[in-house]
Amino acid sequence: MRLIASCLAAIVFSALPLRAATPPAPIAAGEELLLQGPDAGRHGGRLVVALRAEPRTLNPAVAIDAVSREVIGRMGGDLIHINRQTQLTEPALASGWTRSKDGREYTLTLRKGVRFSDGHPFDADDVLFTFRVMQDERLGSSNRELLIVGGKPVDVKKVGQYSVRVSLAQPYAAAERIFDSIAILPRHLLERAYADGTLQNRWTPATTPSSIAGLGPYRLKEYVAGQRLVLERNPYYWKADSGKKRLPYIDELVFLFTGNEDAQVIRFQNGESDVLGRAGADNFNLLVKDQNARRFQLADLGPSLEYNFLFFNLNDLSRKNLPQVAARQRWFTDLNFRRAVSRAIDREGIARLVYRGRGVPLWGNVSPGNRLWQNTLLPHPPRSVAEARAILKTAGYSWRGDGALLDRQAQRVEFTIATSATSAQRTEMATLIQADLKELGMDVRVVPIEFRALLERVFESFDYDASVFGLGGGDADPNGEMNVWMSSGSNHLWHLGQSSPATPWEAEIDRLMQQQLVALDARERKRLYDRVQTIIAEQQPFIFLATPNVLVGARSDLANFRPSVLDPYTLWNVDQLYFRPQGTSGGR
Amino acid sequence: MTRAKAIIGALVGLHALILLAGFASPYDPTTQTRTMPFAPPARVHVFDADGRFHVTPFVYALVSDASGAIYSEDTSARFPVRLLTHGAPYTLFPGVTSDIHFFGVDAPGRIALFGTDGYGRDVFSRVLYGARVSVTAGLLATLCALLVGTALGTLAGFCDGIVDRIVMRAADVFMAVPWLYLLFAVRAALPLHLDTRAAFLMLVAVLGIVGWARPSRLVRGIVLSAKERAYVQAAEGFGAPPLYILRRHVVPQTYGVILTQAGLLIPQFILAEVTLSFLGLGVGEPEASLGSMLGTLQQYHVLASYWWMFAPAVALVTVATAYHALTSLGHEHARLVAS
Repeated sequence: MRLIASCLAAIVFSALPLRAATPPAPIAAGEELLLQGPDAGRHGGRLVVALRAEPRTLNPAVAIDAVSREVIGRMGGDLIHINRQTQLTEPALASGWTRSKDGREYTLTLRKGVRFSDGHPFDADDVLFTFRVMQDERLGSSNRELLIVGGKPVDVKKVGQYSVRVSLAQPYAAAERIFDSIAILPRHLLERAYADGTLQNRWTPATTPSSIAGLGPYRLKEYVAGQRLVLERNPYYWKADSGKKRLPYIDELVFLFTGNEDAQVIRFQNGESDVLGRAGADNFNLLVKDQNARRFQLADLGPSLEYNFLFFNLNDLSRKNLPQVAARQRWFTDLNFRRAVSRAIDREGIARLVYRGRGVPLWGNVSPGNRLWQNTLLPHPPRSVAEARAILKTAGYSWRGDGALLDRQAQRVEFTIATSATSAQRTEMATLIQADLKELGMDVRVVPIEFRALLERVFESFDYDASVFGLGGGDADPNGEMNVWMSSGSNHLWHLGQSSPATPWEAEIDRLMQQQLVALDARERKRLYDRVQTIIAEQQPFIFLATPNVLVGARSDLANFRPSVLDPYTLWNVDQLYFRPQGTSGGR
Repeated sequence: MTRAKAIIGALVGLHALILLAGFASPYDPTTQTRTMPFAPPARVHVFDADGRFHVTPFVYALVSDASGAIYSEDTSARFPVRLLTHGAPYTLFPGVTSDIHFFGVDAPGRIALFGTDGYGRDVFSRVLYGARVSVTAGLLATLCALLVGTALGTLAGFCDGIVDRIVMRAADVFMAVPWLYLLFAVRAALPLHLDTRAAFLMLVAVLGIVGWARPSRLVRGIVLSAKERAYVQAAEGFGAPPLYILRRHVVPQTYGVILTQAGLLIPQFILAEVTLSFLGLGVGEPEASLGSMLGTLQQYHVLASYWWMFAPAVALVTVATAYHALTSLGHEHARLVAS
């Protein structure tokens, strides 16, 4: 088996053309480098990463899918960056910034002497161009929503060649965070395309490498459709280590396209890839048990920021022709019904069986992985079928001789949980819930359907009873959750398309979320968001289930591997990774 | 002849086991034991940990380590295997319920002969119940296909002319239908909350309806040749009415073909049911079918770590092999009779 694996690996690697790597450019006079970390690594090597799919585009302005963004993230630089380990902002292309007293104006000082990966110098005009593109409605950039504050787009003005001023319509908490991951575009390469209106079609993976440039640690070298995408060192990258050795250390970054998580894990297990982005608990346990485990450094980083939940269809169905779903909504809209369901669910069982113990039960939307924002005072009532039955009884429900639950109109309580057929874990959660609710006399059916069909039902037709979804996992800050909790939000899953809040508690959440958005004092924001968490836990529009741990791995000789619970989990510090010379001891 | 007896005996035994799944299995197939996911098959001992011999076979309770992934036997208490014990209630036949199981052990011991699945459900019980669903689907779909196929084939062969042409062209069309995609389309058009029984009947109906074409062609051929036989023409000459000729002289000629077709179609339809359930189109959780059980093997970690999850595949191969052996037995018998 091992022999076959190594032969396969040999074939894969021999297929990659071997050419001399581009050396880092010498440091120019007046070049304002960002010096990072005490660890002095060494240049050289090639890092192979298996991706689930092919990136659709390398254009930061139009990329939506996670895979494209994962690759683009390695090729682009942002002004202010969120350190994935401290979860705090830190200088990047902006070497510093000041905030005006009213909290509405930020002045950013740009790094001097920085060059794009094609050698062209970077200045304030590139920043202005980038924001113009990202805010253009015609392009529909996924960053656009982030750059609207108080209902108005943020305004960016040039102050000098290396200085810009950003004005907001209203004070905005954590405004620095909006700059994270917005890759600055090279005006000299894209301005004409933008004027022509062809920008959205530029920079596909098949584009000639020389016509793509960015400010990230890597630049495009080669793309083979269906197989791989190779990035090489950006020789002009603006970061260096403490010994003034220019980063990144590793010469080339190879992304292989594999298809799914299992294939990713198999490649990693066989040594065909060096980093495992994020694994499920089952596959992770498999690697832990692998007798060759010494070749890997595996890390269980604890709870992720993602939350998985069961939710019922509380949408307004008056304009839809769905009498059956509407009839069942009289249970779903009943708070006592949702509370009873929540009380009967075995969250510990979900964490143990679905995540094989590598996950934690949840009672609120903020996971314990988000230490800064979690409301630790939320109650964690243990599972109690007796309590759940008592809640149902006081709400007027009764039981038939055979144990079936009947509502006040003597109707049998039965409903369907639709899940995505491609997510084995969420279907497993639904199957566990099905068994839990059977103890209450509810007849629950689990229907795995194709993912897009599920989205169509949840977001468009509203033809479903209940579903299990997962959200979160992006930023730790509550602003990233605005579109979930605001009653008008695009991810306000249980009741979409509200023109005004449907219930008093949704109105209160709207108010609190707006207040925390403009409050500049961190403690005040925390107090407001704690209250939001309390209301959600009381009203149970989502019945929270569990969150998986972030499980990652890398080759054991990969140094500086410091995975984080924030996305991108492993490659956020790709510029600092390097391969330890053979024979030296490992350990992080 | 001993081979024939062995094959028929094996088939009868298998079907009895499947039919009496409730009695033969020690546990309810849907009951989850959440402390024991993916527990390996129970070892039945006659020697205890100290090397002492016991007449009654027994099992030890399994305990898992802190990670919950590795199980070991707790040798402090023995759980002897008991025959005809009381356990979870089940329905043997509609209207007949019981709680007596062929074998079992006292709680908290567990005897999972084929281990447990990811929810801690007993795989042995699930294989029996799952085989009941899959085999029943195969049998009913075969019955459906043969009834429709024989009726239309006889009609086409006997009436010839325009009727023959319409039926046979329809058979061509049905044989060309990509039925897997047809089923996907049918399932998508149906409401989400299809209960288990309805899903099962839909499966049977689609398999039967799509499968009538081949037997109908064969039956038509036999009927066409039978019509030309001298004794049929003689009966016609004596003024026998067509229905009488059909019943008395023509249809009996087709029995051999129909039986051979049944032997071929049953395992084929069982496999078709398994394919559909594997793809999530069959009976839903928590009910078992061989296909939905095999579906969990699509996950790499199950495939690589838990060999006992292949049990439904073994059951499937056993049933299909027994049917194929029966068909070849029929062929040999026919050849003997002919010579």
